[in-house]
Amino acid sequence: MSGASVLYDVPGRKAKARNRVYTVLGSLALLGLLAFAFLRLNSRGQLDPEVWNIFNNAGVRTGIRDGVLTTLQVFAVAAVLSLALGALLAVARLSVHKPVSWLATSFIELFRAVPLLITIYAVWVTLLANRDSLGLGGSGPQFWALVIGLTVYNGAVQAEVLRAGINAVPTGQREAAYALGMSKTQVMVTVLIPQAVRAMLPTIISQLVVTLKDTSLGYIITFEELLFTARQMSTNIIVNGNDTYVPVIIVTGSIYVGMCLALSSLANWIERRGRRTRTGIAVASAGEPVTAADAMEVAEAVPGGPAAKQD
Amino acid sequence: MNVLLDYLPEFRDGFLGTLAITASSGLLALVLGVLIAGFRVSPIPPLRAFGTGWVTVLRNTPLTLLFLVAFFVVPQILFQGASPFVLATLALGFYTSSFVCEAVRSGINTVPLGQAEAARSIGMTFTQTLRLIVLPQATRTVLAPLSSILIALTKNSAIAGAFSFAELFSVSKLLNDKGYTVAWIFLWTALGYLVITFSISGLFRLLERRMGVAR
Repeated sequence: MSGASVLYDVPGRKAKARNRVYTVLGSLALLGLLAFAFLRLNSRGQLDPEVWNIFNNAGVRTGIRDGVLTTLQVFAVAAVLSLALGALLAVARLSVHKPVSWLATSFIELFRAVPLLITIYAVWVTLLANRDSLGLGGSGPQFWALVIGLTVYNGAVQAEVLRAGINAVPTGQREAAYALGMSKTQVMVTVLIPQAVRAMLPTIISQLVVTLKDTSLGYIITFEELLFTARQMSTNIIVNGNDTYVPVIIVTGSIYVGMCLALSSLANWIERRGRRTRTGIAVASAGEPVTAADAMEVAEAVPGGPAAKQD
Repeated sequence: MNVLLDYLPEFRDGFLGTLAITASSGLLALVLGVLIAGFRVSPIPPLRAFGTGWVTVLRNTPLTLLFLVAFFVVPQILFQGASPFVLATLALGFYTSSFVCEAVRSGINTVPLGQAEAARSIGMTFTQTLRLIVLPQATRTVLAPLSSILIALTKNSAIAGAFSFAELFSVSKLLNDKGYTVAWIFLWTALGYLVITFSISGLFRLLERRMGVAR
């Protein structure tokens, strides 16, 4: 069902008039909500020019810039490591050596099931306790706790995504490769993984968006990324006797939404591009909800291959 | 091992807290999600735009940021002096509603065209078509993604623990601060979450079996 128009008739004269009334009412209701929020904020002095003038302050700007850079830094390291770990775990889970596959499976299932925050916190506490022997100073424990937590969790999810992609490659490919005399490693590295990555790229990038969003958990372990910096600034900067939560949160929120939207639109673009080409296996959809454990649902929706079993 | 036995009341309260916050925000997310999905397929442009905006913004916002909004911006507008439970429910419910909305919308898209066409041809209005014909049939396909969305919600509820709401994460934080072995606390908390997530997936498997129709 493309376009929802099948749910209602093409409006006639009466329906058009009725829809117009609803349009006006709906817009009025939305505008009313916005105006209400606006007025309330205004009456509390949160929309005064002085409050918003804080963004002309060089310190605030550098603070936000440093926050963004730190967030991106954590994201970059965690993204690379999680993709590497994901590839490793996916291959290990598909291994013919039972202990290896069993180990990878339990690793994936454990860390996918535990809330990321709990993992990050546990790693943080462990690192803090051993900071001297590990030689971590300053914000080192926080940074590595965040990176390790994100890597472990997203690696587990990426492994499942990749495994679904590998399973979706038609068996003929594998059989043909073996028939040519390729070794197991060669089949995996030169035949299966390239096709799996290509098919799963939108889902992988959607999961990277989740990784980017989850860097904000650093806030809870007092790591100075964008959100924590924002929180600190809004508590410390007092204008007219008020803290400046509202403007700072609105600005940082827009930055986060912008960054995530940029990444998701990349996923959507790749998906659209992949749908046009007619070679290889079908490209998974990027728009599916890849909140956490549900990467598999996306993977199972991939047509053209046996869906991976998951339990 | 001892940590669990020594702090059983705390663990129990934390478990119940996680359960409560998951249930309340899950309910809010379901109601809002279905409503917004209805908006997104409705014939009225501003409602459609509102639905699209809602989903785009909420899906691309980190949940922690939403918690900050709920705890520091929302009280400026409404709900002064609301309990952390209410505010955390709002943040989690709103965030999850965008995922529910997308799941419901793709569920609506899987209902065969003929169903909606037949409903229209016997003179049903948009609301009737959606409520009586399309949504009941979409339920079956929506169940599977919904179960993973609720599982994700359970795990996301850990963030509420960092915002002064007593649940499993805050228990693990408390015990970590008291200096117990990290590994055991981690395992017991993980077990608590596993109990909830396994019950959710079991419940949905049951529902799927009862509602499933061989097509």
